[in-house]
Amino acid sequence: MRIDGHGRIGTAPLGFTFDGKRYEGREGDTLASALLANGAALVGRSFKYHRPRGILTAGSEEPNALVSVGQGASAIPNTRATVQELYDGLVARSQNRFPTLKHDLMAVNDLMAPFLGAGFYYKTFMWPRGFWEKLYEPVIRHAAGLGSLASDYDHEVNEKAFAHCDLLVIGAGPAGLMAALAAGRAGADVILADENDRMGGRLLAEVEDIDGVEAHDWAEEVLTELRGLPNVRLMTRTTVTGAYDQGTFGALERVARHLPPGGDAPRECFWRISARASILAAGALERPIAFPDNDRPGVMMAGAVRAYLNRWGVAPGRRVTVFANNDDAHRTARDLAAAGVTVAGVIDVREDAAPGGDFPVFAGAEVVGTTGRHALEHITIRYQGSTRNIRTDCLAMSGGWNPTVHLTCHMNGRPVWNDDIASFVPAPGAIPGMEVAGAAAGHFSTDACLRDGLRAAGAALSALEQKAPDIPVPEAEGRDYAIRPFWLVEGKGRKWLDFQNDVHVKDIRLAAQENFRSVEHMKRYTTQGMATDQGKSSNVAALAVLADATGRAIPETGTTTFRPPYSPVAIAAMGAGAEGMGFAPRRLTPSDGALRAMGAPMIEVGLWYRPSYVPKADETTWQEACDREVRQVREAVGVVDVSTLGKIDIQGPDAAELLDFVYANTFSTLKVGRVRYGIMLREDGHVMDDGTTARLGEHHYVMTTTTAAAGQVMRHLELALQVWRPDLDVRIASVTDAWAQFSVAGPRARELLNTLLDDPTDDATMPYMGCGAVRVGGVEGRLFRISFSGEMAYEIAVPVDYGESLFRLLSSQAEVMGGCTYGMEALNVMRLEKGFITHAEIHGRVTAFDVGMDRLVSRKKVCVGQAAAARPGLTDPGRERLVGLKPVRPGDALSAGAFLFDRDAEPVRSNAQGYVTSVGPSPTLGHWIGLGFLKRGPDRHGEVVRFVDHLRGTDFLCEICEPVFFDPDGGRLRG
Amino acid sequence: MVRLIAKSPFARQLPVEIAGITITEVAPDPVTSVAPYRGQEAAAGAALSVLGLGWPEPGQTQADGAARIVWAGRSMALLMGVRPPEGLEARAALVDQTGAFAMVALSGPAIDEVLARLVPVDLRLPVFPVGATRRTLIGHMTGSVTRTAEDTIEIAVMRSMGETLLHDLTRAIGVWSARP
Repeated sequence: MRIDGHGRIGTAPLGFTFDGKRYEGREGDTLASALLANGAALVGRSFKYHRPRGILTAGSEEPNALVSVGQGASAIPNTRATVQELYDGLVARSQNRFPTLKHDLMAVNDLMAPFLGAGFYYKTFMWPRGFWEKLYEPVIRHAAGLGSLASDYDHEVNEKAFAHCDLLVIGAGPAGLMAALAAGRAGADVILADENDRMGGRLLAEVEDIDGVEAHDWAEEVLTELRGLPNVRLMTRTTVTGAYDQGTFGALERVARHLPPGGDAPRECFWRISARASILAAGALERPIAFPDNDRPGVMMAGAVRAYLNRWGVAPGRRVTVFANNDDAHRTARDLAAAGVTVAGVIDVREDAAPGGDFPVFAGAEVVGTTGRHALEHITIRYQGSTRNIRTDCLAMSGGWNPTVHLTCHMNGRPVWNDDIASFVPAPGAIPGMEVAGAAAGHFSTDACLRDGLRAAGAALSALEQKAPDIPVPEAEGRDYAIRPFWLVEGKGRKWLDFQNDVHVKDIRLAAQENFRSVEHMKRYTTQGMATDQGKSSNVAALAVLADATGRAIPETGTTTFRPPYSPVAIAAMGAGAEGMGFAPRRLTPSDGALRAMGAPMIEVGLWYRPSYVPKADETTWQEACDREVRQVREAVGVVDVSTLGKIDIQGPDAAELLDFVYANTFSTLKVGRVRYGIMLREDGHVMDDGTTARLGEHHYVMTTTTAAAGQVMRHLELALQVWRPDLDVRIASVTDAWAQFSVAGPRARELLNTLLDDPTDDATMPYMGCGAVRVGGVEGRLFRISFSGEMAYEIAVPVDYGESLFRLLSSQAEVMGGCTYGMEALNVMRLEKGFITHAEIHGRVTAFDVGMDRLVSRKKVCVGQAAAARPGLTDPGRERLVGLKPVRPGDALSAGAFLFDRDAEPVRSNAQGYVTSVGPSPTLGHWIGLGFLKRGPDRHGEVVRFVDHLRGTDFLCEICEPVFFDPDGGRLRG
Repeated sequence: MVRLIAKSPFARQLPVEIAGITITEVAPDPVTSVAPYRGQEAAAGAALSVLGLGWPEPGQTQADGAARIVWAGRSMALLMGVRPPEGLEARAALVDQTGAFAMVALSGPAIDEVLARLVPVDLRLPVFPVGATRRTLIGHMTGSVTRTAEDTIEIAVMRSMGETLLHDLTRAIGVWSARP
């Protein structure tokens, strides 16, 4: 219920719905505080047993109140109601229940509890054997999981960004504020990040003074100064999610999750922050006590109850009780009583618990049970030998505080047990460059936090070689942290530890009993600490139970570690901007615009886009277009953009020697004005790439690579020059994007070119495999007489700015001559007809020998891969080697990826004789053709084999033949 | 004789202004990559002095009038706006790269913040002053960023990726400016 005159938030009303019911909250509410103000105690059903659950905490560690916020594709499951800021029109729904929260059929699991203990699926659901895979596992899998995702694409926008600073301060409570103030005044570049929408940490939730003013007002004064410093950056709503190498941190900023969805603002921003130094001032998290039925709606953390009261003006109950082992929890009782809320009793396990206030204190007592299915009604306590019931609708429990050490474990550090506070503190130096200050380091009074924040800033500034300013420590409370370690109350009933994964004390003891005694095994066997809260509320107590069950002290029992992220991060935030077309850069050729205007469907070739075919208006299938393009090229002329092939400029006195070193064949004999085909091997002797290299000058070459391998070849050359042959004086530069290059192919290719060249070319000035400088309209370009189609062909290159213009001229002139612009399908058919290989054939596991190019590997010089290629296994004639394929029945369509078998053999894996790599319909020959690899291939020309494509369901006979189908002598090339 | 028409990477698409930030095309002509041969860096620098330039250190640019030289990687720099001077060809491999890069200049009051969406290196003014250049990532693309004025940063990527650069910049500015 809302307490008038209390709270530190606004008053403007906001409307929202939860499970279809309308409620009203206030500006500054979280969904949790608004639900509590409206008396809605039941917010969810637990993961395994579907027990009714209520709000436990007031922070991001919340294990129970996981709800779905929003609707449709932009709904976000597993949102902690304690973190979700309220906005007008917010729609939220509870999860993990069917059909409703109040009447959940799956609660039957709770009745089956004896059969569903830790590791149950290793012991039950074993019989009959086949039922596990068919029935049990699918049912269990369906029941498991928390929350659901819409299957529609989520169009909400997210952001990703980088930030750099001298000092990253994580947490803006008293320690963090002092540290940021000191470093800010010292002139360091500071980022102060806090996961909350308001900075101040626990000062926003407590009733206390600093320097004579209310602590939350003091915090605001400090923030006002920090906002005015140009070197300080305040990041609210920003959770630092992970600590990584060399001062790198991940952080998630909730940019617009406090606003209705559907706007232009990014929902979240994932940050990578690079900090020269850091201070972790992340505070501490209160831990529960395990007692029978300690999970009913209305059982909450004591610190959270007073946060709801003091910050949000909400009392989570009308008759509140407190159960504690420490002095700090008594503040909850005092604050509630001062606000006029009935405190029905403080149950303190310590015999010497001090009385104090207008409420009964039961010293040396324990809570042994609770009642109330959908909301707490009574607690049963054991006091001075007898039990009694106390009517209460809210039990505020506290087992003490755990410093928030998580980030310090992200680089494999393990925290250290501290007996004084009965909790873990960070190990020094766990994260290089990180100081830990305040409650995160185990200092719990406000005075200690302020001092420690200053100390940490001093240490960080010193490491940054900057001078720390003189700042007096403000006056604040400095009471001792009085606690008696107390973990659980024995008794009948399940005593819950991990609320999110439904793990209780008996599960831990069972694990120990079954010899899962190490904390790592206990964790995985029971799933304690494995939920999205990574055991924030349960790790220490579970460890205490395990220690006790195995007869060890807590430090001996050890601890599991924490891994990023500290709290859940949506993948959409980490991948902001990289969804859909943003996944990879698009590389567009100079002819791209013109081709799309011609209606060419574009396909991805690596990062590039190339035309599949260029259809005429009346063509309805790709094959129609492809057949026509092949005919037009072979009968007249065709134009295709080949700018995508890698082009590497190579210059220097030792250029020829470099080429001889990386190519298998010899290039040092290549004359100026000539082009040569070459293959390049990897160090392991397999073919890496093929291409042509042209000699343009005395010490000047241009190497071309395949489109897909351009980057790889460039890296290979760099490796050769920097590591293997640093003796070579050669310089290389990528010029792939500097030149627009087009292939002009067909009997009328020269004719077409000569309509555009300033000086016409002929067979004498440029024979086959020649090259040289040319001019087009005064623009200096290059001409190469090379062919991939098997027709007389040239590649003409001009500086890329002129590319589109040249392409359009070539295209339109080609049309006049009865030719065309063609695409990848036709290009592929024509090269297949000539038996030219591509990366479909040199797929990374073939050698020069396999593709019939063994004679290209020169024995007169050393080259990369030469030695490895000569290994016995790689020259065995029984290897799968390149062959051509023709269907026996002309109408059969070949498909790549099919396997080849002896014609009478069973088409199973062990009988495979080879496989098919490339296929295409050849209008020139009138049937499909293909290339593939077959054991002893070259010796089997004329043999008929069985062609089986298991994926597409085809099975017919094929003839093995020479891998050249058209113009084997190459007469057409030479024109 | 035919006449070819030249078209820069962002012809007719720029300049644009979004949320107070201006994106303008930068299309220097000519652009030549200069890679000194072994032991020839000093000699290359001497050859460049006639243009008022020297050999740039890593991360450095130098300018004199229309002439500019930008460090571009290991033993490589890009000479922009002027033809390579006499004597340089003997000292270094020269390669014409005119039009090979898609280049834009981003101007405005918050360009550091906007570029922080795409560029992982530290772009704060004290660390990345006027005249500094970095080879880095812009989104998923390799490229370079150069600060040419306090409120202006030039970005260069491979020409074929120009559309992606424009798309990424537009998206980054749009989403950033929509923050509440």
